[in-house]
Amino acid sequence: MDKFTTLTGVAAPLEIDNVDTDMIIPKQYLKTIKRTGLGAGLFSEMRYADDGSPNPDFVLNKPAYSKARILVAGDNFGCGSSREHAPWALLDFGIRCVISTDFADIFYNNCFKNGILPIKVSPEDLEKLMDDARRGANATLTVDLLAQEIKGPDGGTVRFEIDAFRKHCLIEGLDDIGLTMVEAGAIKSFESNAASARPWN
Amino acid sequence: MSRTIIDKLWDAHAITTREDGMSLLWIDRHLLHEGSFHAFDQLDKRAAAVAHPEATFGVADHYVPTRGRAKGIANSEIARMVDLLKENTQRHHIRLIGLDDSRQGIVHVTIPEQGLTLPGLTIVCGDSHTSTHGAFGAYAFGIGASEVAHVLMTQTLWQKKPKRMRITIEGALGSGITAKDVALTIIARIGADGAQGCAIEYAGSAIRCLSMEGRMTLCNLSIEAGGRLGLVAPDETTFAWLQGRSFAPQAKAFDEAVEAWRALGSDSDAKFDREASFAAREIAPTVTWGVSPEHAAPIDGAIPDPANIRDASRAAAVRDALAYMDLKAGTSLAAIRIDRVFIGSCTNGRIEDLRAAAAVLAGRQAVVPGLVSPGSSRVKRQAEEEGLDRIFRDAGLEWADSGCSMCVGMNGDVVAAGERCASTTNRNFKGRQGPGARTHLMSPAMAAAAAVRGQLTDARELLAGRT
Repeated sequence: MDKFTTLTGVAAPLEIDNVDTDMIIPKQYLKTIKRTGLGAGLFSEMRYADDGSPNPDFVLNKPAYSKARILVAGDNFGCGSSREHAPWALLDFGIRCVISTDFADIFYNNCFKNGILPIKVSPEDLEKLMDDARRGANATLTVDLLAQEIKGPDGGTVRFEIDAFRKHCLIEGLDDIGLTMVEAGAIKSFESNAASARPWN
Repeated sequence: MSRTIIDKLWDAHAITTREDGMSLLWIDRHLLHEGSFHAFDQLDKRAAAVAHPEATFGVADHYVPTRGRAKGIANSEIARMVDLLKENTQRHHIRLIGLDDSRQGIVHVTIPEQGLTLPGLTIVCGDSHTSTHGAFGAYAFGIGASEVAHVLMTQTLWQKKPKRMRITIEGALGSGITAKDVALTIIARIGADGAQGCAIEYAGSAIRCLSMEGRMTLCNLSIEAGGRLGLVAPDETTFAWLQGRSFAPQAKAFDEAVEAWRALGSDSDAKFDREASFAAREIAPTVTWGVSPEHAAPIDGAIPDPANIRDASRAAAVRDALAYMDLKAGTSLAAIRIDRVFIGSCTNGRIEDLRAAAAVLAGRQAVVPGLVSPGSSRVKRQAEEEGLDRIFRDAGLEWADSGCSMCVGMNGDVVAAGERCASTTNRNFKGRQGPGARTHLMSPAMAAAAAVRGQLTDARELLAGRT
């Protein structure tokens, strides 16, 4: 997993609440054996017309946002299906940070497994960042995970909270498996007690 | 200290808890479907083994054909998905309920049927509707592919303890009102993110009166309210349903298990982080009109006018939903014409659901095409023994095999662009049933009534004098 420390890039405004994972990456893209290449299907229903041509009104099709690294989105982002293709598609497009007031739990967890930083901010801060993102190519934000700060184009700063451990894993590019293996002893002893705790299992 | 059922299940499975509050949870049951191949890839990359193949079960459901199954799968991409599950489970000595198994069905239908879903267990699956298994008092939740790989390798998961929410429904549900109506009513009121970050316990006299099928429907839809999981404390209804099932404890072991299960319920003075309550008698047959499960209203209602919604982003969402659904503000829901119906899915594909739909359809004709896909092969056989298949066929609906089918459209069962489908499924998202498809969620009886009238209909009108 790639490390995440700071990220500077164009932020695209996606002013929609309840963006679901079917919307992020529809089922027709899920049969791929590879995890790369999904960026082409990102937001496909909104992004392309019926004949496959790009919809010029969709934010990521606008020249100013075609290289967006950050997404500023409405409440409850990532709801619905547990498909991890959603963060894979974002990553493949080049987006490594999503900012919203709240995220659906499964999507939120999936992001951290793939080096994407999901940032929760207050509705007031989201409005401020959405304003920044609306400025097109000038909408450059800098996300500093170490300092837990988002710096806007005008020098304004938004602080954000994140679990210390998840932060540590992103910064170091660690995945859970290695950390879990450290607990092998505890797992083993739990396991031997589990049989007597739940004999019906 | 007093504890909720959520605390009890959590405490019983927490191996260790870090300073930051993340706990390593032991996972009792791990369910896999065709989507698991990415996780097996991660295993292969590390040359890792499955830690507990005996606690892992594979089920073919997402991509399986529901029609012409005997001929095999024509689409090679789809066939590969089903084959990969078989290869991966075989290679790792995991039991598989595959395409040609007499128990084949949707994972959230067939696994409970086998008695594999038991109170007090932690159950995970790479599918958001894993919350279904909470109906038995299990701690069950959906996970992503990386987490599937983690469970395969370690039989554990790092989790943050969710907030505890209790949704209480007191009183008696009206005649013809089902668990689906209860769930849609809850989501419409609290919103698609109303239970964000929460584990939900459903409680109250109306919940106690629900059958296991009804409880599974309700818990299934917890995720559509943003809940991490939803559960119902086990009781006599649970125990009676489980007794004698293949994988459930037998004889004396069952009696001992029941004793332990009785202690799982929330202590009477246990505190929840959040509470919501509903009066059962106020719950009406409910349908969705938009593109989020929270876009739901009683069948005698009308489509809201975005001009009357003060919150700008919500108004914009409603406007966008109405454009996609090709509906006008103020239209009576009962005036909406439909093009087809779908009865099935992990939400409403169980025997009770098929009986409810058949009760409306018996002796009547559907005026639109429709597909009925039982939730499992066992449900299919039972329905055929009861003659329900004849009722569906005689009404003009197609009687198919079991799978996720038109709920998610991965196997090719899709609703055409622009078509409007009355569906017993769980998501009315844009494009969910197929690109450009328009979905109205409702109960099986309501979908059957819509088939008979060709428009959204209060099923009670067609059930009068029948029940």
